Amino acid sequence: MSLPKQRIPGARIDTAKPVSFFFDGKPYQGYAGDTLASALLANGVRILGRGFKLHRPRGLLAAGKEEPNALVQLEEGAFTEPNVRATLQPLYAGLHARGQNAWPSVGFDVLGILGFFKPLFPASFYYKTFMWPSWHWYEWAVRRLAGLGKAPRERDPQHYQRQNVHCDLLIVGAGPAGLAAALQAAPSGRRILLIDEQEEAGGSLLAERETIDGKPAMDWVKATLATLAGHANVQVLARSTVTGYYDHNVLAAVERVSNHLGPDAPAHLPRERWWRIRAGQVILASGAMERPLVFPDNDRPGVMLASAVRHYLNRYGVAAGARTVVFTCNDSAYRTAIDLAQRGIAVAAVVDTRAGGAGELGERVRGLGIAVHTGYRVLGTRGRRGLRAVRIAPHAGGAAMNIACDVLAVSGGWSPVVHLFSQSGGSLRFDDGLQAFVPERAVQAVAAAGAAAGVTGLAAALAGGAEAARTALEAIGVAVLPALAVTAAPAPAERPLEPFWFTPDAAPEYQWLDFQYDVTVADIALAARENFVSVEHVKRYTTNGMSVDQGKTSNINALAVLASSTGRAIPEVGTTRFRPPYHPVTLGAIAGRGLGERYAPRLETPIHERHLELGAQMDDYGGWQRPACYLQPGEDEHRAVLRETREVRRGLALFDGSPLGKIEVRGPDAAEFLERVYINSVRNLAPGRARYGLMLNELGIVIDDGVLVRLAEDHFLVHTTSGGSGRIFLMLEEWLQCEWTTLRVRCTNVTTQWATVTLSGRGARDLLAPLVQGIDLGREAFPHMHFRTGSIAGVPARILRASFTGEASYEISVPANRGLDLWDTLHQAGSHEGIVAFGLEALLMLRAEKGYLHVGADTDGTTNPLDLGWGPVIAKKQSDFIGRRSLTTPNATREGRLCFCGIEPLDPSTALPIGAHVLDTLPGGTRRSGGYVTSSCFSPALGRWIGLGIVRDGPARAGEIVTVAGNGIEMQARLRGTVYVDPEGERLHA
Amino acid sequence: MLQIDCPWCGRRDEDEFTCGGQSHIERPALGCSDEQWGDYLFARINPKGLSLERWRHTYGCRQWFNMARDTVSHRILAIYGMTDPVPVLPEARA
Repeated sequence: MSLPKQRIPGARIDTAKPVSFFFDGKPYQGYAGDTLASALLANGVRILGRGFKLHRPRGLLAAGKEEPNALVQLEEGAFTEPNVRATLQPLYAGLHARGQNAWPSVGFDVLGILGFFKPLFPASFYYKTFMWPSWHWYEWAVRRLAGLGKAPRERDPQHYQRQNVHCDLLIVGAGPAGLAAALQAAPSGRRILLIDEQEEAGGSLLAERETIDGKPAMDWVKATLATLAGHANVQVLARSTVTGYYDHNVLAAVERVSNHLGPDAPAHLPRERWWRIRAGQVILASGAMERPLVFPDNDRPGVMLASAVRHYLNRYGVAAGARTVVFTCNDSAYRTAIDLAQRGIAVAAVVDTRAGGAGELGERVRGLGIAVHTGYRVLGTRGRRGLRAVRIAPHAGGAAMNIACDVLAVSGGWSPVVHLFSQSGGSLRFDDGLQAFVPERAVQAVAAAGAAAGVTGLAAALAGGAEAARTALEAIGVAVLPALAVTAAPAPAERPLEPFWFTPDAAPEYQWLDFQYDVTVADIALAARENFVSVEHVKRYTTNGMSVDQGKTSNINALAVLASSTGRAIPEVGTTRFRPPYHPVTLGAIAGRGLGERYAPRLETPIHERHLELGAQMDDYGGWQRPACYLQPGEDEHRAVLRETREVRRGLALFDGSPLGKIEVRGPDAAEFLERVYINSVRNLAPGRARYGLMLNELGIVIDDGVLVRLAEDHFLVHTTSGGSGRIFLMLEEWLQCEWTTLRVRCTNVTTQWATVTLSGRGARDLLAPLVQGIDLGREAFPHMHFRTGSIAGVPARILRASFTGEASYEISVPANRGLDLWDTLHQAGSHEGIVAFGLEALLMLRAEKGYLHVGADTDGTTNPLDLGWGPVIAKKQSDFIGRRSLTTPNATREGRLCFCGIEPLDPSTALPIGAHVLDTLPGGTRRSGGYVTSSCFSPALGRWIGLGIVRDGPARAGEIVTVAGNGIEMQARLRGTVYVDPEGERLHA
Repeated sequence: MLQIDCPWCGRRDEDEFTCGGQSHIERPALGCSDEQWGDYLFARINPKGLSLERWRHTYGCRQWFNMARDTVSHRILAIYGMTDPVPVLPEARA
């Protein structure tokens, strides 16, 4: 049998425009208008994929979105895209594609040998077969043997866009029903969006030979598109797939803007565009998909959907083979026999599972001289690398016979594409006539039309689309339009479909349901025997319908097998829930342009440019760009941090603390409010005084710390951690708005209104004194944890004496636009004393030496203030505060909690890894975690490594030697107090 | 994606809002039992049908408000202030 080399005339390809391309490295030629699939089929390439588990050769099954086998790796390098359906990829000059999951190629795959090991791979094989000594022992190898395409490893050089659109009426699908709906709705003047996923509009009309208004249907499509183009209110979006239907009539669509042009597409075009559509009304004219029949060795290349054979023939002028057998349980597949025979392509037989055969179309097939075997089924297929013959036999018993053929066109009936309707929340009903789920009741402003609604026949689809448009427009207040005048020949009288879900009297382990994940009838039956009842469980256990096609061709068949295996009817089994996306969406399209610098706003302090001039190594700290350290010539980061740390302890240093969270809380009830927020007492804080405090959530867990300042009787300044101001501000507002609604308090987040520079070290006071007006800086006049306002170099300033370094410090805040001046003034004034700037890393080392808590680093989601030693402070307070009740539960007060303490390695030259666990040894020798190291650094002041941690009853065990395990090694460490440097705080008060 | 009528800013996309979960939960006093406190912290009704929730217009006026929503159809049945009583609602579809 040899294939006709010439394309059959009358197709929608341009034979004057040949296009060359490559598949698995070999050059081929197709024509403009081809998909990769149609061009490969025309070139006689039959094996386009390999099975996921067993690497069996697979060929084209379908011609559209539902294709399970012909998934290819498109192009190479950074442009590459895995799992591209060859049936959807338009051909462009120089296209390179490769088959997936095969080596060296899908045509000759070394791993095809796995087919002999099929018994090792039943459903859920990874729970069963490879269990000794453990699955993980095999996982590495099995994951490499099985798989689909490969994700690109390089950065994607394409760009993507996102776009929002609002419309009054969205029509999904530009087939007969969708086009009729658009044509009907266009004169209304309302904003109409028609979206279609194919390269050109027409839907099923592209693949069938139909007439509308007495002319070829595609003439009507062309005229309709021209009419729509004349309406400014109608937008037609081609090459776009609606992938999700969400609440309140929001839908998402992906437009393949330049995929049809390949890597040489103009650079200004995005590769894809992600549309977010808010629609007043939605009409789903998404058509129907044909189901394959299930019989032994039904995965052999050459077994195709009957509709796909027509599609390749009528749309691309490609005969799928030289000699076709049609196998069906309904009338529609007879069209395939007719279309082929009329083009002079041999049809060996039509095999119909129904004893009664077909209606009118059956007569026409017989009239063409084609043998029709009614009451027969296919018992098997032959052909190692592609179909050579089928074996058929009558149901009623009788002799089997072989029919030579290279294509078996199968049809198990049609399933309306109800995915989007189901996603919208609408309910489905099992239709006995169609033996498929159809839309039942909508909960959003949506209706299905045409084949998607379960309607059969072109005339009914056209009328249904127009009617759906009239109904939708009426719902949004458009006066009733005259019915659209469009006619198609009435459909030939049909005999009803008789379901034939699988072949009961043949080996179930070679009857394939899900071609992509290699699931067979035997796998579903096995799950049923193992007492899986729910369809959702069976799906996950067998992986049927879980691959990238989400079971488009396999779901209904698998349901039916499950129903049969468990003695239930299909509606009783129900269907798995349809979830977005209907078709895979690339992450690039979802991200759009929100990448890199555009991912999140870049927060810089007012002093940013000066940091850069000083050689700052900038890093991201809670969204802020801050200096990690300042590099001097020839210095690496590690040395710079050590130098800065030493300098801070030695003399005079400058730090940009602008990101420090600052929230002003003001009003007659401000003190009462903060009394309920902090675990500390607030009312007794005098104006001009500051207090370090903790905030909890209602679970009693520490969520933030900082210095609270009372500016006046009714006015407070809440300092939060640098990354925490937004979060804490929202929390304060939530309590005020939702719980304590009668308190007269206003909160304002002033974090970015003030630039804050911290002057630290013994020389700080002397440096500051001549620059400051209106503040007595004397040791007694302005001690530690006090606050003053005045001015510095003529600029209004707020000065807080608080310290995170352990050195005497002045946190000076000025209006943000004067921050750079302040920095420069101080830097210049201190230049004679050798003032240095220090970064975040030095700050964190200095605070670790002092044992100051770093919330979020030294605490986790279980840490309460009792674990931090705050019990006495809380005991002194009478009133309630957020989280207080949680501190009196048995769990909060039990022994054995992880408490904050110091932990130092016995070997002073060894670092304790952060995250390393402190091991407890249970009676019997079992060891388990008894806490972990939260901070670890080299202390220049002590010349040794130090650490902090949260350890089981840590403070009570001070002095105990413990074993610490981390990074694969164990070491000895001693538990101790948290303060390593200046425990008396002399430096602080200097 | 829901469209929500913010009482202050008008109709906006759900993107701009934050759902704060079940509303009208009374905060027990300090002297309550462990069980009462545990219920306050963790017990939520997760209804099929009418759900009374609190929402914040985070990327707008930053104000909290209450919403009555049908969790099946996602229809918003009412929007009312944080201190307002629960309005009389049409029967939510279960």
